[in-house]
Amino acid sequence: MLLLILKRIGLGLITLFIVSLITFVGVEVLPGDACTTYLEREAYGAALDACIKRLGLDVPAYERYLDWASNVARGDFGYSLSGEMPINEVLGPRVKNSLVLASVSILIGIPLAIVLGIITALWRDKLPDIMISTITIFSMTIPEFISATLLILIVAIWLGWLPGIVIIPSDATFYELLSNIILPVVAISMIMTAHMARMVRSSVIQVMASDYVQMAILKGVPYWKMVFRHVLPNALLPAINVVALTIAWLLGGVVVTEVVFNYPGLGRLVIESISNRDLPVVQALAIILASIYVGINLIADLMTLMLNPRLKSLQIRK
Amino acid sequence: MESNLITEDKHKNKLEKAFEILKTMASKPSGLIGLTIVLFHVILALISPYIAPYDYKAISPNTMLLAPSAEHWFGTDSLGRDVFTRTILGGRTALTVTFFGSLIALLWGGLLGIFCGLVGGKIDDVVMRVVDAFLSIPWILAMLLIVSLLGTSTEVLIPALGFFYGKGIVRVARAATHDVIAKDFIVSARARGHSNMSIIWNEIIPNVRDAILVEGAMRWSWMLLGFSSLSFLGFGVSPPTPDWGLMISNARGLMSFAYWSVIAPIVGLSSLIIGINLTADAFAKALGIDRSTKAPV
Repeated sequence: MLLLILKRIGLGLITLFIVSLITFVGVEVLPGDACTTYLEREAYGAALDACIKRLGLDVPAYERYLDWASNVARGDFGYSLSGEMPINEVLGPRVKNSLVLASVSILIGIPLAIVLGIITALWRDKLPDIMISTITIFSMTIPEFISATLLILIVAIWLGWLPGIVIIPSDATFYELLSNIILPVVAISMIMTAHMARMVRSSVIQVMASDYVQMAILKGVPYWKMVFRHVLPNALLPAINVVALTIAWLLGGVVVTEVVFNYPGLGRLVIESISNRDLPVVQALAIILASIYVGINLIADLMTLMLNPRLKSLQIRK
Repeated sequence: MESNLITEDKHKNKLEKAFEILKTMASKPSGLIGLTIVLFHVILALISPYIAPYDYKAISPNTMLLAPSAEHWFGTDSLGRDVFTRTILGGRTALTVTFFGSLIALLWGGLLGIFCGLVGGKIDDVVMRVVDAFLSIPWILAMLLIVSLLGTSTEVLIPALGFFYGKGIVRVARAATHDVIAKDFIVSARARGHSNMSIIWNEIIPNVRDAILVEGAMRWSWMLLGFSSLSFLGFGVSPPTPDWGLMISNARGLMSFAYWSVIAPIVGLSSLIIGINLTADAFAKALGIDRSTKAPV
């Protein structure tokens, strides 16, 4: 068991290492270096030399990678080009804002998805399922920027209930954030809920068709007792992994949603730093987002291990 | 003469099989709706240059932000361009880019996946680690990086989209190959002394084709989503190309009083994505592949 956990963590670290290599090599191989892309037309003479000196671009690439990687491992991402301030200071408030947005969306999304998934599975092909499934399919296929734009158009412009665009500085307090994030949270959790509800639905349907549930029905176990004792624990377990993958996949959607609502989070920073050609920040963001992805998957793996008694005993016997 | 007959028969069987699959797909309402929407968009994309009532890039200060009328069915945008013209032409851009992108994704993803599944061992481990690493970079970051450094022409967008949406196909192709590889007919082909190439071509591809095609159909809709998101963020095709994502992003700031120029591309894009999704689902069901429990990776 412990060995398995360690192995998973090791694999995650290897993945992160490869990600750091890919982003570093990618930035290196693509035409232009950080200085020429950032300075654009002013990239000549003293300005270019100074920039190259400051970033240490005159050192061979592998040395720079080692230097950068060891700093990153200690949690220091270096300096951004445009703001000329430590990337950690740029990232701090953005990470907090995105975390608030993501965790509120997840807190609303997961319970809602489980309830909707169970309802649609138990009333399969009946009216509640058809209605909820149609809505979930719509909201998971339509791109985030469309549902977000429609939300602004309908709720903020036509109905005038809520402000359509977030206009708070990136260092706003938690309470200032909360009053502003209703629409972004709805936009993100709508898609997330839809994806997860579909997973829960198919998982519950699979378990309902299994032999032991049939056996329970034949034994005369009351319907709701059967659902809660026999079906749900077995159905929700495999859904955890899929839910984790879905959350990680939605990171891209969060970027778009933050841009639509002008929300000062990590996602908007991605767009800003790429528009400004601030490659050190882009590299830092790549590592951070990849770590989130790897981390979520790791947690899901471990949770499945912990919650599944069969896997546990299998490991102990080994 | 005889061999000719046989090949003809085979050919007919293939056509018949494709027709059968189409029939199964259309037998359920969701599949029929999906096929109809996709067909509608494809036909529209083919004929739109001939039926477009205006020039898509004709700017005119006299016709700025007009409401829908008999002359301008969907109104005009902030530069006085006809929204109807731009909407029906927008489908062309979206379909061309994502069709060729999906083709590239299918080719490299499918072949690499089959190769890994067949070879196994160390090479397989290393390649899958790299694919996993690529999967854990959010697609949007990778795409934005490439596009911002190499430019936003379709020659850059198509291979880049094809590359990033192909990495998921590698996994599916590899898993399908793993399922096939232990079967008796592969063992006997090996025993007969067939080369790896011949085994891939004659034994594996016919057996994993369905799974890869279904995955490719699904990727197509995700790629369309990714491509239009890029355009929306200003990193897709460059103006004045008529493109739905770009149109929505341009019209968004003015939607409080000119909502029509945002609604038309929204309807176009949403209907195409939903259509492709329904078609892909029906396609999977017609081929007997269950993908309802898979995560969208």
